[in-house]
Amino acid sequence: MGFRDLIADFKLQWGVHPDGHKSLTSERPIESMPLPERLVLPLAQHIGAPARPVVAPGERVLRGQRLAEPVGMVSSAVHAPTSGRIADIGDYPVPHPSGLAAAALVLLPDGLDEPVAFEPCEDPHSLEADEIARRVAAGGVVGLGGATFPAAVKLGLGKRNPVHTLLLNGGECEPYLSCDDRTMRERPQAVVDGARLMARALGAQAVVIGIERNKPAAIAAVQLAASGHPEVSVRALPVRYPMGSEKQLVAYLTGVEVPAGGLSAEVGVVVHNVGTAAEVSRVLRTGEPLTHRALTVSGAAISRPANLRVAIGTSVADIIAHCGGVRRDVARYVMGGPMMGMLLPGTDVPVVKGSSGVLSLTSEEAGGGSASACIRCARCAGVCPIGLQPFEMAARIRAGRAEAAVDLGLKDCIGCGSCAYTCPAKIPLSHYFSYAKGSLAAAERSRLKNESIKKLTAARSERLAREAREKAEAAARRKAEREAAKRRAAEAAAGEAAEERREVPQVSA
Amino acid sequence: MLIAVTSLTLIATCLGLILGIAARRFHVEPPELVSELEAMLPGSQCGQCGFPGCNGAAEALADGLAPVTLCPPGGPALALALADKLGVQVELGAMGEREPTIAAVREDICIGCTKCFKECPTDAIHGAMKQMHSVMKEACTGCGKCAEICPTEAVTLVPVAATLGNWRWREPAFA
Amino acid sequence: MSEVLILLLSTALVNNVVLVKFLGLCPFLGVSRKLDAAIGMGLATTFVLTLASAASWMLEQWLLEPFGLGYLRIVSFILVIAAAVQFVELAMRKFSPELHQVLGIYLPLITTNCAVLGVALLNVQQGSDFLHALLYGLGSAAGFTLVMAMFAGVRERLELAAVPASFSGAPIALITAGLLSLAFMGFSGLRLD
Repeated sequence: MGFRDLIADFKLQWGVHPDGHKSLTSERPIESMPLPERLVLPLAQHIGAPARPVVAPGERVLRGQRLAEPVGMVSSAVHAPTSGRIADIGDYPVPHPSGLAAAALVLLPDGLDEPVAFEPCEDPHSLEADEIARRVAAGGVVGLGGATFPAAVKLGLGKRNPVHTLLLNGGECEPYLSCDDRTMRERPQAVVDGARLMARALGAQAVVIGIERNKPAAIAAVQLAASGHPEVSVRALPVRYPMGSEKQLVAYLTGVEVPAGGLSAEVGVVVHNVGTAAEVSRVLRTGEPLTHRALTVSGAAISRPANLRVAIGTSVADIIAHCGGVRRDVARYVMGGPMMGMLLPGTDVPVVKGSSGVLSLTSEEAGGGSASACIRCARCAGVCPIGLQPFEMAARIRAGRAEAAVDLGLKDCIGCGSCAYTCPAKIPLSHYFSYAKGSLAAAERSRLKNESIKKLTAARSERLAREAREKAEAAARRKAEREAAKRRAAEAAAGEAAEERREVPQVSA
Repeated sequence: MLIAVTSLTLIATCLGLILGIAARRFHVEPPELVSELEAMLPGSQCGQCGFPGCNGAAEALADGLAPVTLCPPGGPALALALADKLGVQVELGAMGEREPTIAAVREDICIGCTKCFKECPTDAIHGAMKQMHSVMKEACTGCGKCAEICPTEAVTLVPVAATLGNWRWREPAFA
Repeated sequence: MSEVLILLLSTALVNNVVLVKFLGLCPFLGVSRKLDAAIGMGLATTFVLTLASAASWMLEQWLLEPFGLGYLRIVSFILVIAAAVQFVELAMRKFSPELHQVLGIYLPLITTNCAVLGVALLNVQQGSDFLHALLYGLGSAAGFTLVMAMFAGVRERLELAAVPASFSGAPIALITAGLLSLAFMGFSGLRLD
């Protein structure tokens, strides 16, 4: 621990120290889980527009075949984890706190695991930056830390802002989770290789891999793997939650604060997860897309805690069955970590690209209890990594004034849950913030809808006016024609009459 | 007595003069509140507020005869904007009670009479004579004019279905 | 100078119009929901009170007293004060439309505000000279503004607090006003000499 780290540690004033529970799984190597009987692949496993299916129900697909293509700029493809038949494309329960169903592909594996022809690359370091980003996008890689932002889009950030440093987040500050730890220990070469490839794509000169001090084996392994590459350095991070949050990691490792509402790329830094780096290396070298991921199965209720490499689309129920089922009453199933992960309404949901863990928590672990009045101890303000005042924001939200909470910085809240964790009155602070962010988003949606409706109404009244005008014009034209015809007829009649008159004198003459 | 009458008359006359001059000097055109309010309203003239169109609603708002929460298609966002404009307190609680709805065509009894889409203020219903009509969700305000005019009651208002796009956290219960 | 300071302090704090003399309670309860509105109201009242003190002093010294028209005091004061408020409103609409929008319906309240009339009458009762009358008006108005701002600040916080249902709204506001008044009673022990 160097002098620089000492100073940086001294400056750290936020965060909490939840019980790690990492020893449950940290010494268990990542094992491959056999394929289940059914895979459910949601079309929206990433932030951005859901992918569009390119296969039809009943079609036979091969391992690595693209099943759905990205739509728009921020989106990601979905690939088949094995060969089999597409049974259905429809709405299935997805991991989401609402428990709602969303569009997904159902794949029934045929057990042959027949792959498509992959295009391996011997030396990906010779590829152009754009080509690296293109192949990462084609491989359907998203941020595996949980944010699921399409990795290729983040690799393109170097074009808009000069990026000097790529930070690799090996903090894994969420309790229970150890899959990143195991990945770093078991595949340190892949982590470093992927990091160097991403740095190449970004045009970044330096790579800093930050790993929390409670993972000494991972630090040693990655340091060894990075020893031949002077541009890659490994730094130990203090054990503290939420160290792995992007803005906090950037502030700690570079000393630069990311502006509120801004991207870290604006200060020349891009952050990726270590798991993403390992996948980028694999995708580029073998040409195989992202179809499997490592995750931690843990919690006191599970019979056999483990680190698994599972096919994306495997259901949580299958994973729990693979780990020997539960041995105690489960109070909560959580996907991801206990702090920021999502509460699962049931186990009939698939694992997606962003699932870093499946936790079966007993009631002692889940905690909870009813909230009491705020005693204004301000502990939440002390632990907030952004420096907000959660108790003040929650009071405003409760009084129905979300906009007043925005004035206090609600939009900068990263939802880490440190405030709710530390609250002695057990006030569900992060729930308040999720609720307020939801209402603000709903208000914004209704405002946008109002605007579009206004345009529609204006277009309609314009159309009606035009139609009326055209009708009037047509009527006028017809009338004019009729009158012209009448006039012509009258003239003709008059002419004839005149002729007759002329004729008459002639006759009379 | 005379002094009292004359002095009071004098004071009142002077003050009246000053005020009269001030009223001339400091004259400002009253702001076109009604037209500003009307511009804020959706303008679909759907009549859900109970006033004759958005212009009538704007006049009622300006006169303080209607609450700012009067416009269901505008939702809470509009209510807040109106409250801000009029400088009044807003109670959104009443607003939330009304579940957002959307028109839906029952395909088995729609006879394709085209009455509904001629009535729709936002052109949200599409179809043709003797053809099935369908509703574009993005454009429908749930005003219900189509449901009123439909001869076979094939158009009904249904609650907007919850999707991942519009789902949001419920308010936490507090002890 | 010290006399000026003592006069200002004693009118603003020790003999506060609202919390000690209990004058001007309608705007105190009516316009104290929001801090900015309360301050606007306080500032408008400051202007009117100072103006009214000066005008009523002149009226008293040059008209009512020389001609022995003491019985016209209240009616003539009201006349002058009402005209002053009307003038302020006209000027405000012209020069500060934002403030006018905030105060809007509250401005006419100042016309019949007992604090304004009360201060003018107290000036006569005390037989102040012009400067003292002016300072008395200014000090009272400063005290009024201070209390308005404090009370509005407390009420803004009260909106966020978990007040029991039976106390929420006006009851808790009145309790707060009572507590504030008790606190201001403490100033009567202040020795200003």
